[in-house]
Amino acid sequence: METAVFIVCAAIVLAGALGVVLARNPVHAALSLVGTLFGMAVLFLNLEAHFLAAVQIIVYAGAIVVLFLFVIMLLGVDRLEDLSVEPITGQRVLAAIVGLGTFVLAVIFILSSSIGPSDSGPQILTRDITDQYSNLRQIADVLFTDYVYAFEATAALLTISVVGAVVMSRRMARSDETQDTKVDD
Amino acid sequence: MSAALGPTVFGIDPLYVGGVGLAEVLITLLKVGVAFAVLLVAVMLMIWFERKLISDMQNRIGPNLAGPFGIFQTLADGIKLFFKEDLIPEQSDRLVFKLAPYLSLVPAFLVFAVVPVGGDFSGGNGRVSLFGHETFLQVSDPPVGILLVLAMSSVAVYGVMLAGWSSGSKYPLLASVRASAQMVSYEAALGLSLAAVLLKSGSLSTNQIVAEQSVWNWNLWVTWVVPMVIFLIAATAELNRPPFDLVEAEQELVGGFHTEYSSIRFALFFLAEFMNTITMSAIIVTLFLGGPNGPDFTTVGWLSGLLWFFIKLMLFLFAFVWLRATLPRFRYDQLMDLGWKLLIPLSLGWLLVLASYDVAGDRGWNRAAAVIVMLAIMAALAGLLALALRAARQRRELDPQGGFA
Repeated sequence: METAVFIVCAAIVLAGALGVVLARNPVHAALSLVGTLFGMAVLFLNLEAHFLAAVQIIVYAGAIVVLFLFVIMLLGVDRLEDLSVEPITGQRVLAAIVGLGTFVLAVIFILSSSIGPSDSGPQILTRDITDQYSNLRQIADVLFTDYVYAFEATAALLTISVVGAVVMSRRMARSDETQDTKVDD
Repeated sequence: MSAALGPTVFGIDPLYVGGVGLAEVLITLLKVGVAFAVLLVAVMLMIWFERKLISDMQNRIGPNLAGPFGIFQTLADGIKLFFKEDLIPEQSDRLVFKLAPYLSLVPAFLVFAVVPVGGDFSGGNGRVSLFGHETFLQVSDPPVGILLVLAMSSVAVYGVMLAGWSSGSKYPLLASVRASAQMVSYEAALGLSLAAVLLKSGSLSTNQIVAEQSVWNWNLWVTWVVPMVIFLIAATAELNRPPFDLVEAEQELVGGFHTEYSSIRFALFFLAEFMNTITMSAIIVTLFLGGPNGPDFTTVGWLSGLLWFFIKLMLFLFAFVWLRATLPRFRYDQLMDLGWKLLIPLSLGWLLVLASYDVAGDRGWNRAAAVIVMLAIMAALAGLLALALRAARQRRELDPQGGFA
């Protein structure tokens, strides 16, 4: 059962990921990304990480990709891209090298990790679980004790980046622009 | 299906304790089927109820020809829509255009799965006996419980958004841009007011949340009313119902995001909209009004819970129609101001006050003093923020070209 779910979800995740890269239309690419995220949420469920699955959908599928789509629609870039020009020279070669490197590193990490095939997902995640809700409690415990500084630092970083984005995007009304609008009036 | 996997993947239910056999699968399928059918019939009646009520409030008669009191009007409309020509605009993105209605319909159905509609929570922990098997009167009680509602309401955005975009026409596009901004904004207020409930009940499971509110200990007063008001407002905005129906403002946007839709696809959007109204009312009842809790006034044990749930549900359905008949539509900037500048800070502040009250109780401090200190700190911070805003505004007025350097 677990393996069957994994195979189906892995196929969905990979198909979605390919869709993101290959789709010509940005909206279709974003939708493929949603498919990938859903597949990953089911994979989390398969590992009995219920809370992570829910957060995966609420945050990534529900907020981040919606914002992607929002920007795509608002800016009207939902046209087919001209793929013959490279925006930055050497971009594609570099992307291929970095992608390959990440893949090699991931394989090395998986092969060298101490988690053997006998410890499959659910056993690792639920090893110390005594009651049924402690999946969430465990995350909360770890997040607010061992990793509380990292957690707070991340929160501060996100807040700063939001403030920064507002500051950067806030256009002050320049005098020539205000004069233009006056002429129009 | 292994016994170890069954219970947690499909939710915690006494039904699955002791292995999953044919009987358990059949009971689960029965629950799913009944929930599906009840929801569809409820939508049919809800549309009739809304039209009848609105016409009463506006001194009209309303639908009165199909069946007694026009109760079959929705059925007639549905059949009509079925047989209408299905148009797909030439400029549309065909695949996404066809996908969008289902993206708004499926989440609407799924949310109802976590709502406990009955059961005796005063002592029986919500368990009922169904064909000799103990179970809950809800389709599923997943460990993430109420987070499923948030997840589904964030997925529902896609239906509206993609419908507008894929139509290849400007009014639906404008509506869908509005809709996505509105729904994403109010989701934050929705989640934050929900956090107050989670703080008090200490569990995400809807069954647990209802069990905590046994008989009269409703979250409405346990969380001191405000979270429910915020949740109700945010839910109305999330549902795109009046006074927050800018998404389909007829005067400005023709029909809103579903302008280009016709026939059965339009019917699916309509279905999803009313189904969302019903499920969201059910969620409010579950979270704040104790779901099926209430004094037992019947002789049959299981009936009381169902009746209480139905009465509370009708209260909110009536309220939603009443709001529609009473309030004019918000302006877009008013909508955003209300969401971001009032509801989100208020629900966050309220959560902190509730938390300080609880912490004071745990530590043996004076509870009133803890709340007052908390309020004073927040007032001081709000004052600082207001001062900073004022200073920034004054500087901008003095030097409109000045940057931040």
